[in-house]
Amino acid sequence: MNQYHLSVLVNNHPGLLSKVSGLFSRRNFNIESLAVGIAEKPGCSRMTIVVNGDEAVVDQVCKQLDKLIDVIEIEVLSDQDSIQRELLLVKMDASPENRSEIIQIAEIFRAHIVDVSHHRLTLEITGQADKIKAFLDMLEPFGIRQIIRTGLIAMSRS
Amino acid sequence: MNAKITGAQAMVRALELEKIETVFGYPGAAICPFYDALLDSDLHHVLTRNEQGAAHAASGYARASGKTGVCIATSGPGATNLITGIATAYMDSIPLIAITGQVASDLIGSDSFQEVDITGATSPFTKHNYLVKSAYDLPRVFREAFYLAASGRPGPVLIDVPVDVQAQLLVFNYPETITLPGYKPNRMISETEKEKLYELLRQSQRPVICAGGGIISGHASESLIKLLSRHPMPVITTMMGIGSVPCDHPLYLGTMGSHGTFAANFALHHADLVILAGARVGNRAMGSAAEIARKAKIVHIDIDPAEIGKNIKAHLPVLSDARLALDAITAFNLKMDISQWLDQIESLRERQHNWPPEPVYKNSIYPPLLLRRLGEKAGPEAIITTEVGQNQIWAANHYPIRKPRTFISSGGMGTMGYGLPAALGVKCACPDKTVIAVSGDGSLQMSLQEMGTIKQQKLPVKILLLNNNRLGMVHEIQSLKYNRRYSQVFLEENPDFQQLAAAYGFDHAFLSDNKQIDPALDRMLESGKPYLLECRIDPHEPTLYPLRKE
Repeated sequence: MNQYHLSVLVNNHPGLLSKVSGLFSRRNFNIESLAVGIAEKPGCSRMTIVVNGDEAVVDQVCKQLDKLIDVIEIEVLSDQDSIQRELLLVKMDASPENRSEIIQIAEIFRAHIVDVSHHRLTLEITGQADKIKAFLDMLEPFGIRQIIRTGLIAMSRS
Repeated sequence: MNAKITGAQAMVRALELEKIETVFGYPGAAICPFYDALLDSDLHHVLTRNEQGAAHAASGYARASGKTGVCIATSGPGATNLITGIATAYMDSIPLIAITGQVASDLIGSDSFQEVDITGATSPFTKHNYLVKSAYDLPRVFREAFYLAASGRPGPVLIDVPVDVQAQLLVFNYPETITLPGYKPNRMISETEKEKLYELLRQSQRPVICAGGGIISGHASESLIKLLSRHPMPVITTMMGIGSVPCDHPLYLGTMGSHGTFAANFALHHADLVILAGARVGNRAMGSAAEIARKAKIVHIDIDPAEIGKNIKAHLPVLSDARLALDAITAFNLKMDISQWLDQIESLRERQHNWPPEPVYKNSIYPPLLLRRLGEKAGPEAIITTEVGQNQIWAANHYPIRKPRTFISSGGMGTMGYGLPAALGVKCACPDKTVIAVSGDGSLQMSLQEMGTIKQQKLPVKILLLNNNRLGMVHEIQSLKYNRRYSQVFLEENPDFQQLAAAYGFDHAFLSDNKQIDPALDRMLESGKPYLLECRIDPHEPTLYPLRKE
């Protein structure tokens, strides 16, 4: 089973998101993540959908998506030819004793501190999945209170 | 024309501009503005007895005529009653427009009276759907909807219109052009595909063409027959493809699949090249797709890219309108030597000549004989609809179909209660043709109320009721696969169908003697009124007859 990244340009109609997600559930396709935001074209949005499956599954996903009238264009992005980013916010337990250590880790990973209080520290990091995973692994021993991730967004190179 | 009209008037005008003559529906509060505007139009509206009947009737209308069918319902329960009909049309790729009323815009989402999210509910089985939020969108939405329903791979499109939008005023301009950048309906076989297909055909010693419903919806029947006369090779059909070649065509072997003919399945399993044309080969048509694809090269011609590679792996995908692809094959300058294969097939056909066997059960009608005689008497122009169950299989296997669009049946969904309302839609589309609904006692009672519609519309639709007082197909399955443990299949307290027919103002007769089949059919066919011919069928009469041993 591989992971595929689809970049999908859609008409920004109400109900479109439920049509897309409904299609995945009823066709028994497995979505890893789905990120959506407005695109450069007025009235359009672009989705990045991360799908797990073999080649035949992804082929069907693309063909079934393409049948939705509001889907304009689908691109399957490969790891080599695309730029991939994900944003993570993580809220940490941060006592005066371990705060500086967390900050050091954040610096190494080029994460930002976006919120701080007496017992909490919230960090922001952007990157690819493996970087985010490594970052979380490092933070884990300190006590993670909450994480939120945007899901992967991806764009073809040049 | 800058005078303002209401949204409801715009909906009616759009139907007129789409050259719709007959619509099927059922009114209710949220669609009242539309029904009010309808009074000022020449559109013929058929009031069914249940919204599901309206959807099935519109679907029968579409299948028989090749035009787009239209059904109308109110919000909430009216809309949900359409659902089975919409899904049935979706599975069989039937062009259908479903128009539903919706609660007022400002009430949407508040669980108001008769509110249901019908666009959400129908998303999985509509080609597209719309919730119209401004009357100004109505002309564009109707234009797009009719285009979407009928183009490419046809299918149902639903338009949900809140009651206040129907009352809102607009300046009506019906758009000439359509902008749908994500929609690519026209597909044509490429030069590369032609070359590869030519090569496969040239090398093949045992080719077979498998024709599906796409041949009928794609108006490709004539092209297929031309191809067969230029390059003779065996041809089989799926149930949806019945009628794409005449049943007495010398190269036609019958339907494939679990209830198909021996010859058709033999050809499929022994071919070295299978050309699937407009067939999605569902599991009932081809249970062993992987095995067949291992033994033969598969050429899959379809207008819908998502069908190619979905159920069977294609060695050569041909993304094309079926007619264009078949015409391309006909044009090949091809010398195939397949005489050995044709001889083999011919001998199978001869064996099949003695099929089905002689009747076994006394004091009951033998369905193969009944349906064969009916077809011979009704003639090639007659149109039959079927329900789902044993009646469908008997009709598909024994009624002689000679033309496309004369066998109307729910193939993909297998919807009981389809045949009777579909027949009334067919009769509206083709008033000059004999229309016969082949029914069982179970399925007839699922849409029984539409006898009232048939009576009101004065449509001389014939019902051929095969009555075995049970759900025969499930009974047969339980007999074969569940060790004769019969569970909930007996309809012993069936009504007296003769009295029932009389109550609905149908002419009627009862038949239980095979010797009386001919005169009974003559009387039914000669009657100018709606007619119910009830035939007693033995409960143990099967659909699967063994091939006689040589």
